Amino acid sequence: MSIPGEWYLILAAILFGIGALGLLIRRNVLIMFMCVELMLNAANLTLVTFSRMLNDIGGQAAVFFVLVVAAAEVVVGLGIVVSIFRRRSTAVADDISSMKG
Amino acid sequence: MTSLLATTVAIPDVIVFAAGAVMIMIGALGVITSRNPVHAALSLILTLFGIAVLFIEQQADFLAAVQVIVYAGAIVVLFLFVIMFLGVDRNEDLDAEPLAGQRSMAFVIVLMAVGAIIALGAEAHWVVGPHSVSGVPGGPYQNVYNLGRSVFTTYLFAFEATAALLVIAVVGAVVLARRSGAANAEQPDGQPENEEVAS
Repeated sequence: MSIPGEWYLILAAILFGIGALGLLIRRNVLIMFMCVELMLNAANLTLVTFSRMLNDIGGQAAVFFVLVVAAAEVVVGLGIVVSIFRRRSTAVADDISSMKG
Repeated sequence: MTSLLATTVAIPDVIVFAAGAVMIMIGALGVITSRNPVHAALSLILTLFGIAVLFIEQQADFLAAVQVIVYAGAIVVLFLFVIMFLGVDRNEDLDAEPLAGQRSMAFVIVLMAVGAIIALGAEAHWVVGPHSVSGVPGGPYQNVYNLGRSVFTTYLFAFEATAALLVIAVVGAVVLARRSGAANAEQPDGQPENEEVAS
């Protein structure tokens, strides 16, 4: 018998938690982006697990679209980082606080 | 969830799952603890490979291949490219904590969130409802066929929408990352950068 789906779901929850923790404690914008990728991958793992548990291809199709959206998100996000770096010469989120109220 | 340890699982499956889980955990902890952004990106590759291993273990063959090619091959390379391009591959001081209590608060909140997710999953009867609504995923050597048929029939509109999304993202990235016209006029030698790769 193959691995029960609960193991994958717990692993995905822990991976999501690590990604969220990194997003909260790191200040480098690039590493915050990588933590977003970790969270997206945890969601992908969950979708594939449910796809197997329900014997339905829809979950894998959803992962396919999440991959595309993640690629678009990284391209635009890194474009923003490059644009900010040109003006401010910093990649630390705390230094980009001009719009702070 | 109560039958978590009572079920009998084959030993090779457990070994593959454990290998994937260890790769994922080491990589994820490496991403959030490494001082150097380049090391963080390399740790991210380890995590992505671990996810691909678990995809193969769950018979999602096509997604495992795409995971390695698109994520490890394109997205992480884009990350590394930007890190090198900006020259931020220096060690970061991780001991500085500008917002007092931020880390401990983050730990508490994340532990509460993960605990809540696992507790809710243990309580809920979540895998219910009709099975195989949009097609079966498996069958011997049928994963790519089934996934392709699903994407190009059931999810065709979403597929076309992602094509539009990618075009918009590439155009937006070029507009964001190029120098403005005024800056070009001041610096005649400024070459227009084109650092985006179509993923």
